[in-house]
Amino acid sequence: MLADKDRIFTNLYGFQDWSLKAAQKRGDWDNTKALLARGQDAIIEEIKASGLRGRGGAGFPTGLKWSFMPKESRDGRPSFLVINADESEPGSCKDREIIRHDPHKLVEGALVAGYAMRARAAYIYIRGEYIREAETLQKAISEAYDAGLIGKNACGSGYDFDVFMHRGAGAYICGEETAMIESLEGKKGQPRLKPPFPAGAGLYGCPTTVNNVESIAVAPTILRRGASWFSSFGRENNKGTKLFQISGHVEKPCVVEEAMSIPFEELIEKHCGGIRGGWDNLLAVIPGGSSVPLVPAAQIRSAPMDFDGLKELGSGLGTAAVIVMDKSTDIVRAISRLSYFYKHESCGQCTPCREGTGWMWRMMERLRTGDAAVEEIDMLQEVTKQVEGHTICALGDAAAWPIQGLIRHFRPELERRIAEHNAKFAEAAE
Amino acid sequence: MPKVTVDGQEIEVPAGATVLQACEMAGKEIPRFCYHERLSIAGNCRMCLVEVKPGPPKPQASCALPATDGQEIRTDSPMVKKAREGVMEFLLINHPLDCPICDQGGECDLQDQAVAYGRGGSRYHENKRAVTEKYMGPLIKTIMTRCIHCTRCVRFSEEIAGVDEIGALYRGEDMQITTYLEQAAAHELSANVIDLCPVGALTSRPYAFEARPWELKKTLSIDVSDAVGANITLHSKGREVMRALPRVNDDVNEEWLSDKGRYQVDGLTKRRLDRVWVRREGKLQPAEWTEAFGMIASALEGDKASIAAVAGDLLDAETMFAAKALVNACGSNLTEARQTGMTYDVSNLAAVNFNSTFAGIETADAILIVGSNVRWEAALLNVRLRKAVKAGAKVYIIGPEWDPTYPATFLGSDLKLLNRIPKELGDVMKNAQRPAVILGAAALAKGALPAALKLVDKFNLVREGWNGFNVLHISAARMASLMLGFTLPGGMGDIAAASPKVLLSLGADEMDYAPYAGSLKVYIGHHGDKGAHHADIILPGASYAEKDGTYVNTEGRVQFAEKAVFAPGDAREDWTILRALADALGVTVGFDSFGELQAKMIAAVPAFGEEGLADYGALPKADSGAKFEGELAGYPIKDFYLTNPIARASEVMQRCSDELLHGAEVKEAAE
Repeated sequence: MLADKDRIFTNLYGFQDWSLKAAQKRGDWDNTKALLARGQDAIIEEIKASGLRGRGGAGFPTGLKWSFMPKESRDGRPSFLVINADESEPGSCKDREIIRHDPHKLVEGALVAGYAMRARAAYIYIRGEYIREAETLQKAISEAYDAGLIGKNACGSGYDFDVFMHRGAGAYICGEETAMIESLEGKKGQPRLKPPFPAGAGLYGCPTTVNNVESIAVAPTILRRGASWFSSFGRENNKGTKLFQISGHVEKPCVVEEAMSIPFEELIEKHCGGIRGGWDNLLAVIPGGSSVPLVPAAQIRSAPMDFDGLKELGSGLGTAAVIVMDKSTDIVRAISRLSYFYKHESCGQCTPCREGTGWMWRMMERLRTGDAAVEEIDMLQEVTKQVEGHTICALGDAAAWPIQGLIRHFRPELERRIAEHNAKFAEAAE
Repeated sequence: MPKVTVDGQEIEVPAGATVLQACEMAGKEIPRFCYHERLSIAGNCRMCLVEVKPGPPKPQASCALPATDGQEIRTDSPMVKKAREGVMEFLLINHPLDCPICDQGGECDLQDQAVAYGRGGSRYHENKRAVTEKYMGPLIKTIMTRCIHCTRCVRFSEEIAGVDEIGALYRGEDMQITTYLEQAAAHELSANVIDLCPVGALTSRPYAFEARPWELKKTLSIDVSDAVGANITLHSKGREVMRALPRVNDDVNEEWLSDKGRYQVDGLTKRRLDRVWVRREGKLQPAEWTEAFGMIASALEGDKASIAAVAGDLLDAETMFAAKALVNACGSNLTEARQTGMTYDVSNLAAVNFNSTFAGIETADAILIVGSNVRWEAALLNVRLRKAVKAGAKVYIIGPEWDPTYPATFLGSDLKLLNRIPKELGDVMKNAQRPAVILGAAALAKGALPAALKLVDKFNLVREGWNGFNVLHISAARMASLMLGFTLPGGMGDIAAASPKVLLSLGADEMDYAPYAGSLKVYIGHHGDKGAHHADIILPGASYAEKDGTYVNTEGRVQFAEKAVFAPGDAREDWTILRALADALGVTVGFDSFGELQAKMIAAVPAFGEEGLADYGALPKADSGAKFEGELAGYPIKDFYLTNPIARASEVMQRCSDELLHGAEVKEAAE
């Protein structure tokens, strides 16, 4: 179990005040000027060495991402940092805790990361439903401005850096980085084609990096405590600590910071008081937020909770939003509800996702009641394959994977329902 | 130049080409819906998926992927076939199966590609989506259930037309394309979205349920609604022109057409002059050809030379040449085509020509427009100007304000301010690599041409490979009439002063007939418009759709149009009327057939012999004493939809004028 001294988010549960003074007592904004004085390249190297992978779900190495930003502007365009606080993935609730209880970690991280990538300003795009969180974050930003920590000559470093907060309007797709940029520009939130990648032409056509809140918020601590400290946690290629958000049928659902690669069983036993009704009652787990395939009980128990470990199980770490389902769950209905979510949140831009998500949801609804033919399971599987990998952004994949996971692991359950339903009608006909 | 391999065939493609273009260069057909050469890349239909190595192990949208050296592209692999089938299936699941009652049938991209790339049957057993109709004005009919959300229409409005009229509402499968608050699309080029729509979601409202594409005879023609000379195809069924569609010509209209050029064709069957009329006791009464010819001959008895001819705005060169030949054979030289009374000097045609050419003006980097509402006078030119501005050009306009759809600076409407160039304008023109001046009809009417020619030296408009001096006419017949010398130094004033016994009005509907109270007014034309009302004798002629003819656009581009249908009733092709009149007057014009007429015309003006830009030589020396005078009070076009007798006769154009310009309520509901 992660020792308290190794926790980055020391006020995760809001036992203390979030304000600047309290944050400074916890060590935030402690001589940030010295951090910046190390120089841009040194910061990026340190982050690279720490092995930090993006905490937004895709797990792209953060330092590497920062290094894609131009070292100098050849045509006068500024660079921007966009921080993704549009936390809309069902099951995911870590950014919310950071913003409402430890917002200065994020603001300081914005300055450090923005400085490292030579950005002129950071835009924090916060989920519209996070009303109190947005208020807190805005107050924290104002505090930092008033204290001279950001703005002109931030922290006395001679570097000018602005932080803006922008509130979303409730679209899941705006959590996709290019859709977020479109939305920030005031347009309809629809993902852009890549290339060009945001690092070349992003917000207002300027070089832009989009990072998750957690990735940015951990950066100052990594710099203070060193890359070797951070990389001492977790397995090779899956370093560091991570906020796990465990919801569903556990005794005590919680958000907790843990070392990467912690086995699932240990995570649940130590922090969540175990599975409701014991381990035998566990049905399946969605280990990384709604868009990754579920993992059945037997496979997940000893699995290391990290990017590569879960990939081996045909799933993924995603945002580490662990959704635990016990045997009381109607698994088909659960996945069907997720399908409805993706149907509802598809932006409608590109064909496979616009048309496919609706089709998949309608078939899932019929499979839920068994009102289908057995062949339709294969057809559904084929439809998910027709959506996956054919779309502009990853929402198509996200809509397809939960269904693929269901079919892979729970096909007998689907067939049982179809047989039961058909038998009922056969009886009625007689 | 990157080298790529397409299905094993190695080809070299230009730098910046996309994978889709590379495949096309290799002769491979790539299905697509959202991709369009003249619009930005959306990449949303996902139909153009191909397999590309190196790259992720999934199919890539070829329209949006740059071709890079060493790429291995496959368009025929099982993965590609499956991907296309999948996308096509998705497009079809919510597309209604109403092809038999869909106007797009027979020219539908979705139909064609479903045959080529789709699967045999449907596996979709859920309910299909239905979408409520949207109102997009008198020209565009919508059946939005058929929409496949390619967003071509949205991109056209934003990028080409420059108005944010069409957009998407809602998201996911509920996404709907609509106009803002369901207002009518009011742009002059709005109907081009009908051509762009790959399915039957946006179809032509006036043409709804009129004909199937395979029933139509296609005739190559030239649009006469303005002086742009847009290349069109007239689609006719029997004796009626059903619709006009643009033809691709990158030098002239690219592939667009103004709404007027497209929809005035229904005017070809309305208010037509289809028999001879003569005025007896103040009333026009039906008559025979011989009677009418006799009246003209007797009016000219003793003084054959007292004849004059005025040409209208829609005429072909051949009609004007025949009229001139007739008037000259009578011993008169009274011919004039500038019917509204303009008198600018035409001794050097380069001075009254659009020298930069339409394609060229796109590359201008500083443009001064003097007295032209380009959007209404040449909507397709405004598209080019918009492109120039997008590429960085600065535009200054002198004249009353109008909405150009691109950033432009209005300097005021007083021409005199050009006598001392404002500093900002002077600096921009001086620093420009390709400066251009566009002189419009309003400025010509104020006699601004001599002073404008002084700008050639002042702004250094003519340089190596560039001529930036342009005159924008608004009449399709203008350049041809000038080439034929169908003008008098004093313009219409000279004819009025001569008070001819017989005035031949060749479809001249914009002129003032008041000075000719004592003349026998003979109207040779096709529509019962202003000219016919004033006429003493009406000889029914043919419209542009009903005769072969040569037209010259404002760039001096000679273009040939073919006859699509026969003129109604007793109406004859104009040159035959003039030829018969020559016999009645007892003079010889020297041709007996259209071929002879053309040959004679080409002998007189060789430039008519070849399609393409006529060479008018160098610009004349400017008169150093010329000064700009007067104030531009307005532009000659008061109503974009009703500028010529065909458009005025057209119900569609009248409705557009009512609804789009004068805000009349849609009366349909009340009826």
